Amino acid sequence: MTHGFASAGAHPVRGHQTQRRSWHRALRALLPLLLFLLAGVAMAQAIDPLPFKDHAQEVRFQNLTRELRCLVCQNENLADSNADLARDLRHEVFDLMQQGKSDEEIKQYLVDRYSDFVLYDPPVRRSTLLLWFGPLAILLAGATVVVVTVRRRGRVAPAAADDKPSDEGDDW
Amino acid sequence: MSRLLPFFGFLLLVALFGFGIWWNTQHDQREVPSPLINKPAPAFVLPKLDDPAQTVSRDSLMGKPYLINVFASWCVACGEEHPVLMAQGKSIGVPVIGYNYKDAPDDAKAWLAQHGNPYDTVIVDQEGRTAIDFGVYGAPESFLVDGKGVIRYKRIGPLTPEAIDKELKPAIAALAKEQP
Repeated sequence: MTHGFASAGAHPVRGHQTQRRSWHRALRALLPLLLFLLAGVAMAQAIDPLPFKDHAQEVRFQNLTRELRCLVCQNENLADSNADLARDLRHEVFDLMQQGKSDEEIKQYLVDRYSDFVLYDPPVRRSTLLLWFGPLAILLAGATVVVVTVRRRGRVAPAAADDKPSDEGDDW
Repeated sequence: MSRLLPFFGFLLLVALFGFGIWWNTQHDQREVPSPLINKPAPAFVLPKLDDPAQTVSRDSLMGKPYLINVFASWCVACGEEHPVLMAQGKSIGVPVIGYNYKDAPDDAKAWLAQHGNPYDTVIVDQEGRTAIDFGVYGAPESFLVDGKGVIRYKRIGPLTPEAIDKELKPAIAALAKEQP
């Protein structure tokens, strides 16, 4: 891709036609690369095959691991992460599922070892109240300020309109 | 007064921003505090590195405090930590158990032969299964376990001379006071 651009830049006199042709050439060169990358994605998924009992269990596994955080990469979930530990934990989750543990039990199992941090959805506790309801509190505070300001201005505006109509909107 | 309101709002945001920066310099964001502190260490039975036929378990270590140090030959930060353990490992007052984590035993042996062995015993967890029970998510990590088998302190990342002086040694001294 960059090569295509570099040759077009090296011979500016040849103009537009050459540039488009080099674009085509770049695209043609890129296509195998794209296919290769796609194959890579497919392979990455096949690397970690787990013997699920049925499709329902696989869906449950996917949903559960998507809600759990990979501790090594931290902004990735267990389902997506390629980290070694994430693979180990996926296997752990899988094994616990085979033992007939519920989603809640599996989550608790990981929370006992890695703290609430493994959950993407933090539980409502006293220590997380601010996290859960802080935004709502800020929204309400903002709404209160707006309402109070609008009301006050509504009361002042008719009286002030005679004096300085030009000042409107400047003062809030 | 009301004209100054946006300015105060701005100052408030600046203060919040400054606090965020300060907070992040004080805390490692990647550090996940262990829920296992002051809880019994998970039961484990792991083979020794130099003699896999022998095992070390939580129960066999019960009675005296010890330090578990999670390391691996592939772990770069362990290489940083290693000279510190070589220099101070013997002087902290408790046995240091090397916990070889997800490593090939031969690699671990070669690593210890090359750099020196600061450990009293080295145990092997090649699959990393027991490490999950300990809440290990990387190496190096260190756990101080007391004589009753309770985890009292955890260090995530390399033990530095500073961490040993300010955190580990006081924690060990506190244990010594409990068990005269």
